[in-house]
Amino acid sequence: MCSWIVETAAMSGVAKGPDGWIDINQANVYFDHPFKAPMDHALIIDFVRDPERPNGRVAIEISAESARRLVESINRALTTGEAVHVLGEATHA
Amino acid sequence: MNTPYQGLMAETVTHTGANGDLISAYFARPLGAGPYPNVIVVHHMPGWDDATKEITRRFAYYGYNAVCPNLHHREGPGEPDDVAAVSRAAGGVPDDRFVGDAAGAMEFLRSLPYSNGKVGIIGFCSGGRQSYLAAGRIPELDAAVDCWGGRVIATPDQLTARQPVAPIDYTSDINCPLLGIFGNDDQSPTPEDVNRTEEELKRHGKDYEFHRYDGAGHGFFEVDRPGYRPVQATEAWGEVRKFFGRHLA
Repeated sequence: MCSWIVETAAMSGVAKGPDGWIDINQANVYFDHPFKAPMDHALIIDFVRDPERPNGRVAIEISAESARRLVESINRALTTGEAVHVLGEATHA
Repeated sequence: MNTPYQGLMAETVTHTGANGDLISAYFARPLGAGPYPNVIVVHHMPGWDDATKEITRRFAYYGYNAVCPNLHHREGPGEPDDVAAVSRAAGGVPDDRFVGDAAGAMEFLRSLPYSNGKVGIIGFCSGGRQSYLAAGRIPELDAAVDCWGGRVIATPDQLTARQPVAPIDYTSDINCPLLGIFGNDDQSPTPEDVNRTEEELKRHGKDYEFHRYDGAGHGFFEVDRPGYRPVQATEAWGEVRKFFGRHLA
């Protein structure tokens, strides 16, 4: 399929691209045709500074299996982190 | 032996789109005096990409003036993938804006001194849906090709402010011959979706032909993707050429 269906998540953080670090305020997540990856469909995440302007984006296009592994890894890392830190919207210590 | 000369040129141009906006477009044409028939190439949701520009040059090689309007022009400036991401996050290209941009592309092509005045449209994926939409909303078009357009049929919850009417609801207004190219393994549109669209075209007595290919899924023309099906794609490209040859000559 080729659609405009997007899941969004508010973000607090930064991401690094070829031009350095940018603030990240939203993640747009969708499963559709990738622009670059040689796949028919991919799980795509656009980490964007401003969703209304193309002025800062770090993008990934990965296979569905990769995406599921990523989700599991994120959850495991968060579980490990919770064992030693108090996790919140902005944890700096 | 007298070998025919073949040459083409391709470049970025601007033409008028919806609301009188100037938008960028990729334009390719044979290097001859013409007059040549004309084709509008509609890119898919990932944007004004290399593959669609290659298809635009391919039509020039076949003897058409071909233009691919940048439907994400207003979300730029920027790289095609970045502006496509902005367009997607905003809910996709508004249908009314697309119709205005396609009508502008048609006028651009008709204005060329080497145009024969006939204009067809072809779109792929979301562009296939938009091609079907254009067939219903731009009565001056001479032919339309829908390549696996998803969401020609839409449920009420799939309609949005930007895409408020399912293209199938414009079927009665279609004023030109329509060619449909579909893979039978596609999930969007499914073969059942294609059946429903065909029933609607029949019900309204429209001039159409559908070609459906076994062993092919969505986007089977794309040579750089695993879904490429060379045998089916070659046959279907032949159908596209015959169809435009009949209706745009």
